[in-house]
Amino acid sequence: MIRFAATSFRYDDAAPWVLSDLDLTIEDAEFMVVVGPTGSGKSTLLRLINGLIPHFSGGQLAGDVQVGGRSILDTPPTEFAGTVGYVGQDPAASFVTDRVEDEIAYAMENLGIDPMAMRRRVEDALDLLNLHELRDSALSTLSGGQQQRVAIAAVLAASPRILVLDEPTSALDPGAAEEVLHALTRLVHDMGLTVVIAEHRLERVLPFADRVILLGGDGSVDVGTPSEIMEFSPIAPPIVELGRLAKWTPLPITVRDARRRAHALVECLVERAPHAEPSRNHKSVASLDKVSVSYGSLRALDRVSVSFHSGSIAALMGRNGSGKSTLLGTLAGIVRASTGRVEVAGHDPVGISAAERIRLVGLVPQDAGVLLYAQSIAQECATADREHRLAEGTTATMVAKLIAVEDDGRHPRDLSEGQRLSLVLGVVVAPKPALLLLDEPTRGLDYAAKRALGAELRALRDDGVCVVVATHDVEFVAGIADRALVIAQGEMIADGPARDVVAQTPAFAPQVAKVLQPLPFLTVDEVREALWAES
Amino acid sequence: MAWWLWAAGMAVAALRTTNPILLIGLGTVVIAVGVICRSKAPWGRSVGVFVKIGLFVIVLRVLLQVVFGQRLPGHVLFTLPAIPMPAWAEGVSIGGPVTIEGILVALVGGLRLGVVLVCFGVANAIASPREVLRSLPAVLHEVAVAVTVGLCFVPEVMGSVARVREARLLRGRPTKGFAGFRGIAIPVLEDALDRSTQLAASMGARGFGRAGTTPTRSMRFLSRTATIIGALLMLLGGYGTLTASGAIPGAPLLLVCGVVALGVGVASNTRRSTRTRYRPTPFGLRSALCVVAGWVPAACMLASAHLDPASMSWSPYPLTWPSVPVLATVGVLLGVAPIAFIEPARRREGVEIAVRPTRAEAAA
Repeated sequence: MIRFAATSFRYDDAAPWVLSDLDLTIEDAEFMVVVGPTGSGKSTLLRLINGLIPHFSGGQLAGDVQVGGRSILDTPPTEFAGTVGYVGQDPAASFVTDRVEDEIAYAMENLGIDPMAMRRRVEDALDLLNLHELRDSALSTLSGGQQQRVAIAAVLAASPRILVLDEPTSALDPGAAEEVLHALTRLVHDMGLTVVIAEHRLERVLPFADRVILLGGDGSVDVGTPSEIMEFSPIAPPIVELGRLAKWTPLPITVRDARRRAHALVECLVERAPHAEPSRNHKSVASLDKVSVSYGSLRALDRVSVSFHSGSIAALMGRNGSGKSTLLGTLAGIVRASTGRVEVAGHDPVGISAAERIRLVGLVPQDAGVLLYAQSIAQECATADREHRLAEGTTATMVAKLIAVEDDGRHPRDLSEGQRLSLVLGVVVAPKPALLLLDEPTRGLDYAAKRALGAELRALRDDGVCVVVATHDVEFVAGIADRALVIAQGEMIADGPARDVVAQTPAFAPQVAKVLQPLPFLTVDEVREALWAES
Repeated sequence: MAWWLWAAGMAVAALRTTNPILLIGLGTVVIAVGVICRSKAPWGRSVGVFVKIGLFVIVLRVLLQVVFGQRLPGHVLFTLPAIPMPAWAEGVSIGGPVTIEGILVALVGGLRLGVVLVCFGVANAIASPREVLRSLPAVLHEVAVAVTVGLCFVPEVMGSVARVREARLLRGRPTKGFAGFRGIAIPVLEDALDRSTQLAASMGARGFGRAGTTPTRSMRFLSRTATIIGALLMLLGGYGTLTASGAIPGAPLLLVCGVVALGVGVASNTRRSTRTRYRPTPFGLRSALCVVAGWVPAACMLASAHLDPASMSWSPYPLTWPSVPVLATVGVLLGVAPIAFIEPARRREGVEIAVRPTRAEAAA
């Protein structure tokens, strides 16, 4: 049992309270989901459970947190190793050893588990997370999803009573995310573990949750069952939005709940189904012609031929490690094609100078923050102008359009995830590249930030920019993409209007499409529009 | 572990002789064993890398001899223009006559160093250094962890450099020259700092440095001191025995004392440790044989040096074909013996071996 008693925390004496006066009890064998906008203190709450805060972070803690009857105030995190398993946001950063098997055994070695028992538990953990084939692999060779599973197996093997996970599915494709969440549910149901999870993509975790903790971001905290919380939560997955729109009570949490109630809605919408927009004939901006890329013996791209058009948003989907990032890399000129021809606005992006390249193509990489390195927003914009040889203030104007910057002397590190992404986007699009590439831009963004990003991208598209987004986020794709492409093992296996591709592939179908099947609706907004048009 | 001891034995043997035939023999044996027994993991490629480094060392040694080396008398091959050095640098000479003898001495010196390097590379290829660190005694656990983290750190920094470089490319910034270096180094350092705090938190959360049964202060002091003194004595003794110049009197005795002290230190500390080991590499008969095989050449060289000192150290005056001492040659060839029982190194790779239950598990 975890009990927060009048817990308040801030990172230093001058900073605002991240959590204030939190009273909360998490029962045994509960699957608890922590939701809230960015910066509302989700990670802080999770890290308090094994005392990483305040023991590793410093800061000011008032009140107490009791875990299994022990207070975190006088017990260092190491002593909780046998009780609480913690998996952070970036699993790769938590790896201590270099092989899968050793990594899983690491915590148990520290705990002094009997070697015989240790051996069995490692096998169990490998089975549970389906890591058998990878047991001898080097950790550095694994894909993001595999690393995430190893990190979970590594804490699980020490058989903790409580499992704490910070955004465990943010790096995973829909299939892998489902797999991890199923494994966690099994642990709660079969072994009575307590699981506490923080997640932005509610559509993924909500069906599994027993209770939800909603952090309002203004210090308010609500705890309740998913349907209770979703009645008023400002953060809600599409299915709940749909339920609110159709005035269903209680609100549906799973696709099954919604589907059972959807008959009336489907009938009323059947005449109003959105039509596939005629494909606008725009000129091709970038094209790949039978392009292959190999890393050693690994074929990342296999004779891919595709072209992207101006004034459109294309979504690139596929499993972890299927070649999405490589494809963006070849377009951006940072990955050299082994064979085949790459062309961006008539040039080979690898052959031209960096200064020319940034005017043709902009790439926002997965970890967008690496593109920033100045000490303040203003300085970042100024250097960008200078280096991109733009008129003074161009970048700053662009950035101001994307984010309301109240204080441009702030360090980019202090911005929220969404604001930082907007800043990077502003810097990248300021030289007006014809082709804009984004790699997994919605990772770590809450719904509000995602909506803002979607609007930004749509505005760019309407200006004639060709936008290509590689993402796992099907709801995001449903909201913005005109065209969807699916890659598997380096081969292009689907390419067409987003509506068709997404609806045909169960793994990539958004919730609304699953509920309203066979009607081709993808988002709640479309349903709302259709209903409006009717009334 | 056994393989590293085996390689150490072979390296010691190489250091004990200047007979080029014996050295070439040693090198061949070590490389052969390495190629046959190396693991399939990434570090298995280090045989090739170290052979290349060894060859480079030989070439470098010869080049240095030609340009800067001592002017040994003998048959002059050709003469380089000599640059006269000022009085304060008399020890250094540049250019001058190059003799066959000089080159041969350099060649043999380089060969010796090359063989030692290859020994290291082969050990590395068969068993990753991390495996060795895993089997270190508990008293050295903290040190082993530090080294392990350090070893992980290198590839991580490389990854970080690649990421930052890519980011700079994307923004059209220089990646070369001083500006490029600064622009890359600073974010990489930031990244490294970030990572180390995250790693510390992760290790903490997973029970590193847990208080076990705390030993008494004096006990801990004893074990630490014994370990350190033992290690020092071993170093001194080992050096004395290897050089065999009599610089350190009673070197073998020192060596023995060192081993004993180290043993005491390790044993007294192992008892207090509450850590356990996951699948420790067993040190069985096979491993013991492997170690013995590694040290046979060294022993044979020592014995042979006693019986016939001239055959072990070869010098180019007069220029003759080196003699081949029978005992030492046989010893060198015995170094290849581990091939006969190579299974230990394969143990962790074979899947069907890995899933086979141990006897106790099967019984239970």
